[in-house]
Amino acid sequence: MDFELTDEQKMLVETAGNFAKNEFAPVAQELDREEKYPMEIWEKASKLGLVGAWLPEEYGGAGVGFLGNALITEQFARVDLGISLIVAATFGCEAIYWGGTEEQKKKYLPLVAQGSAISAGAFTEPDAGTDVAGARTRAVIDGNDYVINGNKMFITNADVCTFMVTLCVTNPEDEKRYKRYSLIIVGSDRKGVTTTKIHGKMGIRASDTAEVSFEDVRVPRENLVGTSEGQGFYQAMQFFDTTRIMVAAQGAGLAQGALDKSIEYVKERKAFGVPIATFQITQQKLAEMAIRIEATRNLVYKSASYLDNGKVDPTLNAITKYYAGETAVFCANYAVELHGGYGYIDEYDVQRFYRDAKILQIYEGTKEAEVLTIARRLLT
Amino acid sequence: MPGILIYAEVQKGEIKKGSFEVTSKAKELGGEVSACIIGSGVEALAPELAKYGADKIYVVDGPEFEKYEPEAYVQAFAQVAEEVKPGIIFTSATAQGKDFTPALAARLKVGSISDCVDLSMSGDKAVAKRPMYAGKAYAMVEAAGDPQVFSIRPNSFPVNESAGAGAIEKVTVNLDSSKIKAVVKSVEIAASEEPDQTEAEIIVSGGRGMKGPENFKIIEDLAHTFGPAATTGASRAAVDAGWRDHAYQVGQTGKTVSPNLYIACGISGAIQHLAGMGTSKVIVAINKDSEAPIFSKADFGVVDDLFKVVPPLTEEVKKIKG
Amino acid sequence: MNTVVCMKQVPDTETLIKINPDGTGIVAEGVKWVMGPYDEYGVEEALQQKEKFKAGKVTIASLGPDRAIEAIRTGLAMGADAAVHINDAAFYEKADPYATASVLAAAVKDLEYDVIFCGKQAIDDDSGQVPAILGELLGLPVITQVIKLEVADDKIKATVTREVEGGHAIIEVSLPAILSAQKGLNEPRYASLPGIMKAKKKPVDVKIAGDLGVSGESMTVIKEMSLPPARQAGKIIEGEDAEQKAAALAKALHEEAKLI
Repeated sequence: MDFELTDEQKMLVETAGNFAKNEFAPVAQELDREEKYPMEIWEKASKLGLVGAWLPEEYGGAGVGFLGNALITEQFARVDLGISLIVAATFGCEAIYWGGTEEQKKKYLPLVAQGSAISAGAFTEPDAGTDVAGARTRAVIDGNDYVINGNKMFITNADVCTFMVTLCVTNPEDEKRYKRYSLIIVGSDRKGVTTTKIHGKMGIRASDTAEVSFEDVRVPRENLVGTSEGQGFYQAMQFFDTTRIMVAAQGAGLAQGALDKSIEYVKERKAFGVPIATFQITQQKLAEMAIRIEATRNLVYKSASYLDNGKVDPTLNAITKYYAGETAVFCANYAVELHGGYGYIDEYDVQRFYRDAKILQIYEGTKEAEVLTIARRLLT
Repeated sequence: MPGILIYAEVQKGEIKKGSFEVTSKAKELGGEVSACIIGSGVEALAPELAKYGADKIYVVDGPEFEKYEPEAYVQAFAQVAEEVKPGIIFTSATAQGKDFTPALAARLKVGSISDCVDLSMSGDKAVAKRPMYAGKAYAMVEAAGDPQVFSIRPNSFPVNESAGAGAIEKVTVNLDSSKIKAVVKSVEIAASEEPDQTEAEIIVSGGRGMKGPENFKIIEDLAHTFGPAATTGASRAAVDAGWRDHAYQVGQTGKTVSPNLYIACGISGAIQHLAGMGTSKVIVAINKDSEAPIFSKADFGVVDDLFKVVPPLTEEVKKIKG
Repeated sequence: MNTVVCMKQVPDTETLIKINPDGTGIVAEGVKWVMGPYDEYGVEEALQQKEKFKAGKVTIASLGPDRAIEAIRTGLAMGADAAVHINDAAFYEKADPYATASVLAAAVKDLEYDVIFCGKQAIDDDSGQVPAILGELLGLPVITQVIKLEVADDKIKATVTREVEGGHAIIEVSLPAILSAQKGLNEPRYASLPGIMKAKKKPVDVKIAGDLGVSGESMTVIKEMSLPPARQAGKIIEGEDAEQKAAALAKALHEEAKLI
């Protein structure tokens, strides 16, 4: 079992790391304060192939797989989680990749790989988060179209995207609950699509999150992802199994960034005439952060590698996502404590890391959902 | 003590201060001091070198030397060096000096040691001290060949008046123009009377705390009040923000400066900045953040808003200067 | 347009410098090694010229131990086509600028080039002498501290702007020539992902002492290295308000430091 990254992967880490340090750091505070999406940074990153890097070359990606994508995500999140979500500019396309027709893949995937479009994944609704099957957005066939009505909530990128992969009820009468859904690709400029940006997020404020309402939105029937209706729920599960790992990579990155800044600070800051780095409680905290980060990283790399090798272990993914979320929150918390009063002010990055970290225990599968997934598999 | 030959650089019709500095150092070390001045219409400047210790001044004066071009100047200086046969050659490590010195040494088939900040004799051989890693370390360096060639960082040695014999000799250089592959089309030096940061005696520098380009006026005022040997500088943060031109940047990827007085306003003191000005003789820090790392390196620190400190400071300096 | 870019792998600017026990070098442990920042401007310029002329080969030449291959690959990932890696301890250990230049000269003299780019200085020794010495050894004109380059279409001449104190000089130089890059020449690109994937397939010619026919002997030697004397924190000027502090500071500079 070779735990070493390849030379290319190491270069990937270096390039992504330098990009984030140079491009994100100078604007992170401003974008956080102003809740502004980093359009220019997304464009720059796309040109370098850093967005959609997981996509195979035949679809315009760099073909570095999900492990490569996790490495990029980690380096980006290390500097700023909100801005790092530019790698999620392909959000939703994972479902097209896994379940779409060849024609759909060739049509949509290159757009996000080459920076021509941002996509969104519209699953969550005002009354249905963890309970994915509680979604009620309805798509009805009318001639050659689907007509869609409903509401989505907390949709990443909705306000900046070109299209969204949308979970709709297409077969409400099906006796099997999980066979009632389909994924349908909806252009954000379609008549009847209204996106309303959500303000006041605790963290990741540089990322775009919006409510979406569909009012008699018409899309061609060929926008159905795949070839038959009723696959939506399973496609969504497969989608989340992929993105869950990326979220875990975000956690590893944020936690590492929190640790980096803490180490830098405790070496400089003096109390009672000596650097606080010499105090045992400080050292305890740093060590505990490092332990968890190392474990998280290994889980992320293992999960991503499995995925790249065609193996999906949902229990492992749940463990990975759960642990990464806990680690990120844990490390951000200690980072603020280590910075003392300065950690409370937004001029110090760790303040933002603290606010940003919490989402990692909530989105892409709440920590509670992950726990139940794990227990369920254990008890089967 | 072997003879020392120094290169006197001329800019804007005057011999640069760094050239007088190396002349003074040469005089201090003992032994015969020769100087070589190259240019067009520079003969009249030669006697000035005698003031600082030159015993013999070789003048290479001709229209073909009007603008500095490395091949032509190396040919000229090498010819003088072959005649003088010094044991040691000094140049000032200006842009021109750094360009020309290693080529000259290689032409004479010896090594050269650049950007020296100190020098002492060990018998007949000189040992130079020079900074490495942007001043984070120092090295004592020796050269085996003869002559030993050194370029000296400006402002490392004082200028001392100590008269030398001052005999002037005009030199005719047989320039091999077939080897000259570069032609200087124009030289544009900014009209500003301020010295370059690398040569200034006093630098007032602004960083992120300046909050905007228009605010640099207050540090310009302070610099002007100090006099013609003072100029302004900027940290990388201020340059990257577009508030000041890169020419003002002090620090590892900017200029390395060694003034007598460096006043850092609104500069936190990142390692890379300190690397660029850490050898300043006196450092003053003005910053409202008492935790700023620069205070640990400053000889004098003022923890307060620079906008409230700098203007009154300028007034106080005016009063003292009378 | 064909170019050679001389590149040195050096410690990152944030490295904490520690001197090794025998005082002849820095402690290598924990050092993050990167392509020299001034060399990056050289690589970028070479790539831009190649793009402008829509033809040509960019070759990176580097003297250094095994680890230097990482910096070489970064250059290849940025877009350079090939590299020469002089990897022989007989050469890279304790090489002074003259030795470095003589080894590089031997390694590149048979390559085809219109321009040889160097960084204006390597940020470890900060010597800045290799470009000029290289020019002497190869018989080429050298322009240092270049901030702008325009190569004529016929590639026989180039117009170069170089930085001097307080301004700049514009020089017309015959090619081939050696140009040393100063900050401001360009904005080095990031290696793109496709570039990174392609880098491994690009040829790296490894040379050792026997291949080059030069002695690689140094002309100067570092006898001892030391850290600068620690600057002690001085004193904080006290005062009831900013104006009082300003007055106290001016007084200290006048009476104690005797600088005004």
